[in-house]
Amino acid sequence: MNQRRLPPISGEWIDRSRPIQFTFEGTRFTGYAGDTIASALWASGQQILGRSFKYHRPRGILSLANHDVNSLMQSGQRLNVRADVTPLDDGMTLSAINTFGGVMGDRASAIELFSPFLPVGFYYKAFNSKRLFPMWERLIRNLTGLGQVDFSTPHIRTAKRYDFCDLLVVGAGVSGLSAALSVADLGADVVIVDENAKAGGSGHYQLGNEPFRVEKTNELLNAIENHPKIRLYTQTQASGYYADGWIPLLDHDRLTKMRAKAVIAANGAYEQPAVFRNNDLPGVILSSAVQRLIYRYAVKPMNRAVVLVANADGYRTVLDLISNGVTIAAVVDLRDSLNSDVARSLDQQNIPIFLGYCVYEARANPGRDGISAAVICPIDANGNPQTGFKQTIACDGIVMSVGWAPAANLLYQAGTKMRFDKGLQQFVPDQLPSGVFACGRVNGVFEFEQKLIDGRRSGLEAAAYLGLGERIQVTISPERESPSHPWAIVEHPKGKNFVDFDEDLQYKDFPNAVQEGFDNIELLKRYTTVGMGASQGKHSNMNALRILARITGKTPGEVGTTTSRPFFHPVPLSHLAGRGFTPERRTPLHSRHAALNAKFMLAGIWKRPEYYAQLGKTRDECIALEAQAVRHQVGIIDVGTLGKFEIRGADAAEFLERVYAGRYRNMKVGTTRYALMLDETGVTIDDGIIARLGAEQFYFTTTTSGATPIYRELSRLNTMWQLDCGIVNLTGARSAINLAGRYARDVLSKLTDLDLSSVAFPYLAVREARIQGISVVLMRVGFVGEWGYEIHVAAEYASALWDLLLKAGLEYDIRPFGVEAQRLLRLEKGHLIIGQDTDGLTTPLEAGLKWAVKMDKPFFIGQRSLQVLAKRPIKQTLIGFMLDPNFQGTPPQECHLMIARDQIVGRVTSVAFSPSLSRHIGLAYMRPELAEIGDPISIRLSDGTIVSAIITSTPFYDPDQLRQREDVTQREEVTV
Amino acid sequence: MPFRLLKFALSKDHPEPRMFRQPDRLKSSYDAVIIGGGGHGLAAAYYLARDHDMKNIAVLEKGYIGGGNTGRNTTIIRSNYLTPEGVKFYDESVRLWQDLSQDFDLNLFYSNRGHFTLAHTDASLRTMRWRAEVNKHFGIDSELVDPAEVQKACPMMDMTCGGHAPILGALYHAPGSIARHDAVAWGYGRGADLRGVEIHQQTEVLGIQIESDRVTGIETSHGTISTPRVLCAVAGSTPRILDLVGLRSPIYIHPLQAMVSEPMKPWLDPIIVSGSLHVYVSQTARGELVMGASLDPYELHSTRSTLDFAEGLAAHMLELFPFLSHVKVVRQWAGMADMTPDFAPIMGKTSIEGFYLDSGWGTWGFKATPVCGKTMAYTVAHDRNHDLIEDFSLSRFENYELVGEKGAASVGH
Repeated sequence: MNQRRLPPISGEWIDRSRPIQFTFEGTRFTGYAGDTIASALWASGQQILGRSFKYHRPRGILSLANHDVNSLMQSGQRLNVRADVTPLDDGMTLSAINTFGGVMGDRASAIELFSPFLPVGFYYKAFNSKRLFPMWERLIRNLTGLGQVDFSTPHIRTAKRYDFCDLLVVGAGVSGLSAALSVADLGADVVIVDENAKAGGSGHYQLGNEPFRVEKTNELLNAIENHPKIRLYTQTQASGYYADGWIPLLDHDRLTKMRAKAVIAANGAYEQPAVFRNNDLPGVILSSAVQRLIYRYAVKPMNRAVVLVANADGYRTVLDLISNGVTIAAVVDLRDSLNSDVARSLDQQNIPIFLGYCVYEARANPGRDGISAAVICPIDANGNPQTGFKQTIACDGIVMSVGWAPAANLLYQAGTKMRFDKGLQQFVPDQLPSGVFACGRVNGVFEFEQKLIDGRRSGLEAAAYLGLGERIQVTISPERESPSHPWAIVEHPKGKNFVDFDEDLQYKDFPNAVQEGFDNIELLKRYTTVGMGASQGKHSNMNALRILARITGKTPGEVGTTTSRPFFHPVPLSHLAGRGFTPERRTPLHSRHAALNAKFMLAGIWKRPEYYAQLGKTRDECIALEAQAVRHQVGIIDVGTLGKFEIRGADAAEFLERVYAGRYRNMKVGTTRYALMLDETGVTIDDGIIARLGAEQFYFTTTTSGATPIYRELSRLNTMWQLDCGIVNLTGARSAINLAGRYARDVLSKLTDLDLSSVAFPYLAVREARIQGISVVLMRVGFVGEWGYEIHVAAEYASALWDLLLKAGLEYDIRPFGVEAQRLLRLEKGHLIIGQDTDGLTTPLEAGLKWAVKMDKPFFIGQRSLQVLAKRPIKQTLIGFMLDPNFQGTPPQECHLMIARDQIVGRVTSVAFSPSLSRHIGLAYMRPELAEIGDPISIRLSDGTIVSAIITSTPFYDPDQLRQREDVTQREEVTV
Repeated sequence: MPFRLLKFALSKDHPEPRMFRQPDRLKSSYDAVIIGGGGHGLAAAYYLARDHDMKNIAVLEKGYIGGGNTGRNTTIIRSNYLTPEGVKFYDESVRLWQDLSQDFDLNLFYSNRGHFTLAHTDASLRTMRWRAEVNKHFGIDSELVDPAEVQKACPMMDMTCGGHAPILGALYHAPGSIARHDAVAWGYGRGADLRGVEIHQQTEVLGIQIESDRVTGIETSHGTISTPRVLCAVAGSTPRILDLVGLRSPIYIHPLQAMVSEPMKPWLDPIIVSGSLHVYVSQTARGELVMGASLDPYELHSTRSTLDFAEGLAAHMLELFPFLSHVKVVRQWAGMADMTPDFAPIMGKTSIEGFYLDSGWGTWGFKATPVCGKTMAYTVAHDRNHDLIEDFSLSRFENYELVGEKGAASVGH
């Protein structure tokens, strides 16, 4: 099955000593190491490699340059594998994507029979009945889509890497190599990347029988391989250009994020197809693809070729074909004179050359897997075919060499202004951004020697930009003949002259779309979908643009191009995602919690114990037991996730006065105060405790979720206001443990010499002390409503302290409690949680926090808004409520609504069953006019059931703060 | 094969007229001028001409129609918002959407897929219950569902998100849909054009003439025109236009990015949104996955793309759908979102007589296209704010009358 393999060719990429077995569509094939899937199949005579997107027409090799999206394959779990460039691997089991019954007998090819009914944008014009659309949609969805996702594919985690260089050269063709050398010789660190398996670019295959090109290219490569300042990475794509020389480099294993001081785009150009009927059949191939087949893979592209040319490259290809045994049936030149010596010499060798002719159509062979003939005819001055003079020339291949489009994607993304050069018939860089350079074909330079010079020129310019060497003037000779023909497009009454192979768009689709008003390149793209396929228009955008220009009477430059966006070639999610780091924060006590069977929950990115699981007990039972331990004995909770900050300096008090709503200037050293933070609109955004540790030293906390954004905002304000103070974020450096309950003091007193009496250490005081030698900050707080201490300690001593406290508490039945029990306990106490009992618009006036706001201060953030708001009636107010103690049904949940006269009048923000009160209690927002204590309210559950409750004053538990009084805490029971 | 398509096979020529004409030049005066030829502007023109008999209207578009955020969004349509104002407004929009393809006689591929907003924390579960309850109150199909129902709708999804963010439930909104975004602009454009509206593309507004707090005309790159009414519907360019009339707004521009994969055979039926993971994704009729995340965290008047966006979104996508490892991203892009402090739009009359705003559409403007057109047309025609937009006026920021959609819209598109 290797009937098309040529005898060994110098420099070929295949390793004939390593045959590789694989299957395609159930048939066994053999190729060689170094082959791509497509080259191996073509070598074996398999010409149909895939089916087209819309009509399911057979397609073969077009570019062999990573934009043959009609030969996408499924390879096990890999989908949409590009056969034209994917290296062959042992044991590959391949199939064509999106066929119905296999690539050879795709039943969906019947769709082509309906093609007259399917004009451009047909799906906008039909199926729009509201009733029937779902049916049509199912049909359409099943017909579209390419490869198949395998749900058993594992989460593939790839590594990522950062890299830096002075100069990144994208493209290791001769111009890129020449550029790299000239800069590296001046001492810069240079990296060259190329997506191909080997460097050298067209220097290795666009030969035209001139071996000096290979020799010169290899000379360059040798110099580069031995150059200490150059790193060359092949099989590596520059996937996009992001601001400031930030370029992702994609290889098989990873994404490398390169930061380059300067970039030279030597990306080359995409060879463009000619547009004629059946230009998509297998066997109609771009000339550069033909040369790659021969010189890289030693595959004879066809036996008898018609070569359609409009540039010098085409004639060189003819020479390459001849010297590798392909019969030239005809050379068809769109131009009307022989432009080069090569062309004239061919003429003298009796190779039939048709000047001023076009290929009018390709004829399919009887097996429909290739072509049997090319129909050619003369064209007039406007490029219209003279069909009265048709000739049919038998052949099994048509080679197209009619023009190029610059691979300028990265240049566009970098912000390059391009202009259309009429002589070259190509867009070339006009104004390059600082630090970005271009050379070679992407810069409109095509001839081999000129590319070497242009590479050196761009290199020296880049070097001068990098501060190396002098900028020198280099002259590039103009091209002897235009590399691109302005109109290699032939109309045909029967159509199937494809402009976009990805999307199966024919010539007529473009004038039709323009007729419908889509006469702007961006609109044309969106309506026809040209360039929106997997190859992103690499072989279609230029022809589409030329068609639009001709119809609208503009130049291609006036029509302009569509916006280029990343990525250059598609990038797998696995490589973008990398190893997929998921930030997760654990407190210093995490292992202690785990050992105690904690059930963890997410609090922002923190993991916190929701509760501690106990064998044979439900979640609710565990939480209730924890809460009761705090109420009756003593409990301990890790509150180390709170934001923890220290502020020092002469203006520390002033700073706090400005950012918090309360008054702090008059705080005595050794005291704490509740701190409420508002935004400029007067909305409550955070709260915490401020402790004064010295005249110019405060320690304060924020909520867990507030820690990061509040610190950011405080830092911004401090920078802006330029007060004499500094803030240190101690959130990670400190841990905090809350010890609360009737015996909290007894436990603590076993471990410290500090006088814990109410007189010496009253409620809301703060003390710096030592617990068994560990330095701590102790605050007497009452968030959960019991006698308690919030103990702040250096993170590294947290577990030692935790262990000490648990041990000391053993005789008092101390029990650790989690977030859920804490929520319940604070609810019993009527304490709100910012973010749960407030929302994005809640003011302190509504949340019952007026007492924490000192309006008579000269300034604090949110003050001015509150002054305005204070004059207006509030829209909602936070209330407490209780259900009947005998309530048996499904209790309400947070965010259930209060309904009165079929209107929403309120919303539950917190609700729980209170073991201390033996009934459900909760907090809610209510319309103020309906918020009288003692009033009944109706709460609507998710299923529509109404639950009645009574508005109650808060705190529900210990309203008189008796628990904080020394004499009372010793009593057995507290009335509630 | 629908009969509609028969004519294409039977006719030798392409039997379709222009969808929108290209007027030669601007007239010297119009009854109303709409700045911005996106979905919103064209919809307003359409309803002005259709429902209010105002036909002497020009739509001015700096680029090409639908080229701004209309063509850059991820096409999700839903009405499960948080506030009564929002819910009523978007519900009307969804109702209009469902009939647009028939009204326009242009298939917008309005595809009802169902919309899941995943909850990974009890806090988000709470907010979702809030949304569900408000939605249901106004008759909108919206409910909190448990993980089993999420799994049923999307069996292949990793319900633990790689083990670190288990899905605790979801807000399910059955009417959640996607549509072909460009076609919306074309449909409205064609409908407006048919009724006499002039659409002027590549026409930039350079100045707005005001005499004693009243609009009198517009200076454009193609000459000056006089008009008593100007509707500004320019999304990310709103601050620039407001500068021209000397109005201040609290709008700040953040880029919003998105990306799209290569097509694959359909597997994802519903729209999946995860606020915690910053992911939203749906699969188009072509088989592509359209993916988005949250706003870029800084102000920027640019539509550039960033790599870290693509990296972060890809990582989160694989947490939900690890089996997509080999799926490739074809393209990323960005739009400029005009954000407001309360995540609700700024619409209606302004302190300048005859100058109307349709702005502050942030990341949620596409789904509102029909209702914006309808209500703004009413507002312009009657010089009186439509009832549905009364709460969205610019003056609410001075008056502390914010809408409070922030909780619902922050990530969930």
